[in-house]
Amino acid sequence: MTPLADTPATRRRVRARWRDTDTVFRYAVRAAAALVVVVLVATAVFLVAQAWPALRHYGILSFLSSDRWAPSEATTTARHPNPYGIVQFVYGTAVTSLIAMVLAVPVAVAVSLYLTEVAPGWLRKPLSGLVDLLAAIPSVVYGFWGIFALIPAVRPAGVWLSRTLGSAPGIGPVFAGPFFGVSYLVAGLVLAIMILPIITAICREVFATVPTADKESALALGATRWEMLRMAVLPRSRSGITGAAVLGLGRAVGETIAVTMVIGNSVLSITKSILGPGATMSSVIANEFTESTEPFHLQSLMVVGAWLLVIALIVNTVGKLIVRRTGEDIA
Amino acid sequence: MTARMPASPVRRGLSHRLAVNAVMTVVLALATAGVVALLVWILAYVAGQGLKYLGPVFLTQTPPGEPSQAGGGFANGIVGSVIIVGIATGLSVPAGIAAAIHLVEYRGRLARVCSFLTDVLIGLPSIVTGAFVYALWVAHFGFSGLAGAVALALIMLPLIIRATEEVLRLVPNELREASLALGVSRARTVMSIVLPTARSGIITGAMLAVARAMGETAPLLLTALGNDLFLEANPTRRMSTLSLQIFNNAITGFATAQARAWAGTLTLIIIVLVLSVGARLLSRRGIARSAR
Amino acid sequence: MPTPAPPSDTAAPARLDVVNLTASYHGRPAVADVDLAIEPRQVTALIGPSGSGKSTLLRCLNGLHLTVPGASVTGSVLLDDADIYAKDSNPVEIRQRVGMVFQRPTPFPTMSVRDNVLAGLHLGRRLGRGPHDDLAEQALTKAGLWPEVKDRLKAPGGSLSGGQQQRLCIARALAVDPEILLMDEPCSHLDPISTLTIEDLIREIKETYTVVIVTHNMQQAARVADTTAFLTMPAVGEPGRLVEVGPTERIFSTPRQQTTEDYISGKIG
Repeated sequence: MTPLADTPATRRRVRARWRDTDTVFRYAVRAAAALVVVVLVATAVFLVAQAWPALRHYGILSFLSSDRWAPSEATTTARHPNPYGIVQFVYGTAVTSLIAMVLAVPVAVAVSLYLTEVAPGWLRKPLSGLVDLLAAIPSVVYGFWGIFALIPAVRPAGVWLSRTLGSAPGIGPVFAGPFFGVSYLVAGLVLAIMILPIITAICREVFATVPTADKESALALGATRWEMLRMAVLPRSRSGITGAAVLGLGRAVGETIAVTMVIGNSVLSITKSILGPGATMSSVIANEFTESTEPFHLQSLMVVGAWLLVIALIVNTVGKLIVRRTGEDIA
Repeated sequence: MTARMPASPVRRGLSHRLAVNAVMTVVLALATAGVVALLVWILAYVAGQGLKYLGPVFLTQTPPGEPSQAGGGFANGIVGSVIIVGIATGLSVPAGIAAAIHLVEYRGRLARVCSFLTDVLIGLPSIVTGAFVYALWVAHFGFSGLAGAVALALIMLPLIIRATEEVLRLVPNELREASLALGVSRARTVMSIVLPTARSGIITGAMLAVARAMGETAPLLLTALGNDLFLEANPTRRMSTLSLQIFNNAITGFATAQARAWAGTLTLIIIVLVLSVGARLLSRRGIARSAR
Repeated sequence: MPTPAPPSDTAAPARLDVVNLTASYHGRPAVADVDLAIEPRQVTALIGPSGSGKSTLLRCLNGLHLTVPGASVTGSVLLDDADIYAKDSNPVEIRQRVGMVFQRPTPFPTMSVRDNVLAGLHLGRRLGRGPHDDLAEQALTKAGLWPEVKDRLKAPGGSLSGGQQQRLCIARALAVDPEILLMDEPCSHLDPISTLTIEDLIREIKETYTVVIVTHNMQQAARVADTTAFLTMPAVGEPGRLVEVGPTERIFSTPRQQTTEDYISGKIG
């Protein structure tokens, strides 16, 4: 081709090319954004599709009406009773997440208060970096460390709990022994460590948005630093802390490998004692997936996965909405 | 009357309040010290166990056929991790940056929906993503490294979108307008002005996502499955990764396998920490440069 | 000329005619019902209080207004009799013909001085890669910056002083060889000496370009503009309107409208 001459034809062609690259680019990035929506929808659709044979065979609600998971009793024909009850997994997920929240939220709030308001200036950045590093440690490492370092360390406390509280009236069954190590309690402990940096990071952001004027006016009233934190920082941050806790919960609900390694994988029924072994929704999938040879076994694991998806979506959406609303309140 | 009250109760109140303040300051400091101590404990324990076996043999050999045997290493897992995470990075980084460009540069309703769903996707349990890729891919084509890479890419995608979105928003709008006013198209403005300006932030985000993918285990159980027998470099077959080998060897109950798993854990921790700390340093340098 | 040919000095400056223009953000007009003729080889100044819509009007002249989310325009802007808001007009091409310089100097931070000057040409795909030092020198000379930067063409654009950065941006705009140059308060972030340098530069480049400048410095308008247009809004929150336009001397000596006189004598704004 000759160099571009100034004729109407070339002008139009050049014009069209500019417009084309721009349009192509716009549609390309638009498609990438749409991918996010597609992935989420497809996840739900494909999980339910895989689970569908089991759902149709046993009935959708029958999974939630039993706490007995006994794949070896499954046959290709029998419909009742459903050998794939999943209530104990929902229970395990709830109990381990609850233990994690009870342990992690107060510590995370204390740590973020210290990091944003109390620690000497030169310590804040490095300490925050160290706490953030906890989030970088992979799940499988937490699980392995949990088995070999954490369980021996908490064993005396667990045994003591089962001896003193295990026979107490009322709460006794919750702390009934024997305590072997692998248990809801240890799973909850590991989860607490894993969600701590997430809750801390969000709390730090929330505390940082409290206006200096509020803090200074509290101090000007003669408040001590702790009173200032209680009067000015914590009340303004209540919903932010809640949102952070819910997002931490969302992480705890879905955490898999670490929990699988320390919870004991007892699937036959609900273990009431937090000192006993159990299973969570995610742990049963990870533990049995590659050996799911019984009729409807894999499909039933997919049912668990679909319910886990539902729970995780609800928890995360709620948490995100709370945090987002807080952000708007502050702004 | 109250104003005439003797000062002593006030002073006693004050000393009480100061005592509470001191106690709470100590409590907050102890909580932080405890968390840092926990980190040190974990790292020290992994280092102590891992150093017993980590060495050239571990890094260059595959595991012995029988887990109870001593010796061998995780060379196949290390290679598998690099291949799988590499493919996942190649898939997720361009897509994630493109999606973030849509969120920041074009906006609109899809952008708002996508921004919210990105947050939801970040909170999606990784085992669910693994189950999705199983249903989408493995159920039809079998276990493979490629399926594992797709699963990891889906986990990395929202992380990269979020990180890129944040740095793109920091690029001053004046730069975009200055470029547009020169008669540069929007696409070229984004590619040649906006992205280079945000480069170090985007690289930081990508490195953190890679670190996260390196340690993921659960979704790989459902997709790449693992292969402890030999070094497999073909991603269309089932592959092992460092994380999968740690998991499989850790739960065998053989001290020999666990020794390998600890060495693998230390290797993994080193990789992940180098990526995380490196990303942090890079982002600090980027901030320093743009502030100048 | 609207061609992707390399820049030349032969381009004739164009005229602009604003016809019944209303520009809005999210449906709320910022400036309304403007009719204004902008003559070639002249400097036209837009003056008026903050919020009178003079910057918005300026940004309508090269279509940059529409790149803001929620922005819309009615009416037309005729660039040599062709409406830039017509369906078949190409916004990218319009912006090449109508250059713009902003309040804050905006050198591209990742580029050297030379790459900054050539950015519009490279990114607009009008030049292949290559040093093109001659083009850079040409543009920098026009902007009066060449003697100061000729030894540091490879230094980052951000390493220059504020006044130099702004002249770099002017050089960058001129390198694309526009017919019209829009300047949005180009001196508001500069010291007095840099300001005078840029005003000299404006007087020079109007020989070859049509210049429109927004300023809220009335002395500056008096110093550089041939024609001055005064905009104001009846009340805060209402759209700005064009009150009066005429030769600068007349506007400043014998304004016909009371509001113009009030503004010029410092009673409002």
